[in-house]
Amino acid sequence: MERKFVVSSSPHLRTDETIKSVMIDVLVALTPAAIAAVIFFGYRALITMVITTFSAMLTEAIILRNKNIFGDGSAAVTGLLLAMTLPPAPPWWLCVVGAVVAIVLGKQVYGGIGSNIFNPALVARAVLMVSWAGHMTSWISPVDLTSTATPLVSSNAPGFLQLFTGATGGCLGETSAFALLFGAVWLFYKGHINWRIPGGYLGVVFLLGLALDGGLTGGLFHILSGGVMLGALFMATDMVTSPVTTRGQLFFGIGCGLITMLIRFYGNYPEGVTYAILLMNALTPLIDNLTLPRKYGEVAK
Amino acid sequence: MTLKTFKGGVHPGDYKSATEGKPSVAAKPPAVAMIPLSQHSGAPCEPLVAVGDLVKKGQKIGDSDASISAPVHASISGKVIKIGTCRSSQGRTVNAVFIENDFQETWHEDVKPNPNWEQLSAEEIVKIVREAGIVGMGGAAFPTHYKLVPPADEPIKYVIVNGAECEPYLTCDHRVMLERPDDLVLGVKLVMKAVKAEKALIGIEDNKPDAIAAVTKAAANEPNIEVHALHTKYPQGSGKQLNTVLTGMEVPSGCQSSAVGCLVQNVTTCIAVADAVCFGVPSIERIVTITGSGIKEPKNLLVRVGTPIEELIEECGGFTDDVRKLILGGPMMGPALPGPEDLPVTKGTCGILCMTEAEVKEYEIQPCIKCGKCVEVCPMNLMPLFLASAVEHNMYDKAEAYHAVDCIECGCCSYICPAKRPLTQWIGMAKAEIKAAKRRAAAAK
Ligand code: SF4
Ligand code: SF4
Repeated sequence: MERKFVVSSSPHLRTDETIKSVMIDVLVALTPAAIAAVIFFGYRALITMVITTFSAMLTEAIILRNKNIFGDGSAAVTGLLLAMTLPPAPPWWLCVVGAVVAIVLGKQVYGGIGSNIFNPALVARAVLMVSWAGHMTSWISPVDLTSTATPLVSSNAPGFLQLFTGATGGCLGETSAFALLFGAVWLFYKGHINWRIPGGYLGVVFLLGLALDGGLTGGLFHILSGGVMLGALFMATDMVTSPVTTRGQLFFGIGCGLITMLIRFYGNYPEGVTYAILLMNALTPLIDNLTLPRKYGEVAK
Repeated sequence: MTLKTFKGGVHPGDYKSATEGKPSVAAKPPAVAMIPLSQHSGAPCEPLVAVGDLVKKGQKIGDSDASISAPVHASISGKVIKIGTCRSSQGRTVNAVFIENDFQETWHEDVKPNPNWEQLSAEEIVKIVREAGIVGMGGAAFPTHYKLVPPADEPIKYVIVNGAECEPYLTCDHRVMLERPDDLVLGVKLVMKAVKAEKALIGIEDNKPDAIAAVTKAAANEPNIEVHALHTKYPQGSGKQLNTVLTGMEVPSGCQSSAVGCLVQNVTTCIAVADAVCFGVPSIERIVTITGSGIKEPKNLLVRVGTPIEELIEECGGFTDDVRKLILGGPMMGPALPGPEDLPVTKGTCGILCMTEAEVKEYEIQPCIKCGKCVEVCPMNLMPLFLASAVEHNMYDKAEAYHAVDCIECGCCSYICPAKRPLTQWIGMAKAEIKAAKRRAAAAK
């Protein structure tokens, strides 16, 4: 019998992991936060997430001429992450515009997956913030679904338990620190993120809050409120736009934390997470090159 | 106790259960043995026999004057019918001596036990090892006698014995440790004597508890031989990594283990040394693991050097119908072959792995998503993603700046990459290109 043997380069074993499986893992990890959003903000949060995610996927599929709208799953991740940064019930067109901006300006202009410098979801959020600031800050209270302020600008701040479990005003995905942490465990378990970026980020925010803004309560308040938890666990850890070296990841996290707190204390915005991460994204290539690991057997010079 | 291990590396799964419990059995000697004159790294041998000559088992049939080379011996008795060519694992064509078997198994007169082996000097041991044609049997096939004479300014303190067998699927070293632990210890002692080492450290991965027990028992009365259980992880058996695991020292970039006073030898090689020194038997036989889902009856076979691989496949019941890949050695570093024809077992053949259609996946190469996993697993602490993108853009000077030449081509980065980028292959290309450029530059001077 005539046989044909495949000749290819070693290694002949590969992990089952693919870009798609990694993206699905991220979606799975975002699920608890998504569910929490629906619990606290009702069906309107669900509609926001569906519109944003679907628009992102559709935009990418059109650009790449993909027949399969899910593709490698990265557009869905971008869309859902963007939804997490929006108010719970923005106008539908804001969701669509945001998703298109994220995919086109955040990702495809750089050449598509892997080539973008900035986190696409945050690019879109930044654009929306600048263009439609009013819509972007129309928070609703999860308790009675009436207009409210985010705890960062409100004078009667909610209790910690409330901040931790959710049920506070704010962006769709920021509401429950617990749900975010719970989902992130999956990413840790799968080895897609490690402690360095979230640890550096949350550590610095906590310490600065503790030192400069009212001790332990201040520290806890700063890591549990606003987008810090979402940013530290899901935005700053975006693979494409964060450093690949281990030391670099720690520096990156610390840098995000520092800039976030600078903006919170001295900036014009109550919230600094978006701009902190975007700024650090710009520094990522530099950080990588300055933190190259000491190679095995390197001779001391 | 925490087990010793190294930084980086991957857990590809061990796939050893098909053969690890199967004792090695002697394969049928071949009707015609094709014995390559180059089975080692270094200069090929010149044939010492001519067509029509009668040769005996263990007779030297090829040798070279070069210092990095190793003689080859007849693995059967019979008549030389042809001096021709066959294929090598690297796909090259090499000269080979074809011997027709007379099935008399007549040993050559030179092959006789050496009753006084305990009195031999270091120099005499090295000479016997050279004459026996012993090369590294873990796959690298570097002439052993050359390693036994380290540079004068780099005395050897430790002999590192590699029983890690970290490549998935392979079980030949495992079997040899179980079946011949006393000879292993004997061989280790001889190697220690040859290089005047103080200590020998035998490293065995903890997925082989029976081998650890057997070797520990055999070495119980040897205060200078330590057996270490290692946490199973690939590529533990790489010379540099094993060296670091067992001694804590790193081999400096561009140097051999001898630079830190170590000599790394594979377990099967040590046993070959014992065979040669005590019994006068040259390197003509070895255990080969024939395994994978693409072969009907996986086995560990004791095989004569020069046996056509086709015959071993037959002895294992033949290929399954859905076989699609044939690999010489392990799945992480072994080359895939276009077919089993014209290919003999050599001293460095540790395994033949047959993979099926379902296991042979072809992947679309996707853009790097900078997940950093390749950086995390690289045992040499390189930046595989940067190296690969330099190669993608033909920037070999950049690849050199990122230390492409330090890559040991272990395959961990390609294994782990979710974008299925052939990182190892590309970095290998950069290494070859950089070396070629150096040679061109040297020639131009
Ligand atoms: S493992 Fe692959 S995708 Fe991840 S950083 Fe390395 S090359 Fe890029
Ligand atoms: S770069 Fe070389 S040494 Fe590092 S993991 Fe890849 S193949 Fe192994």
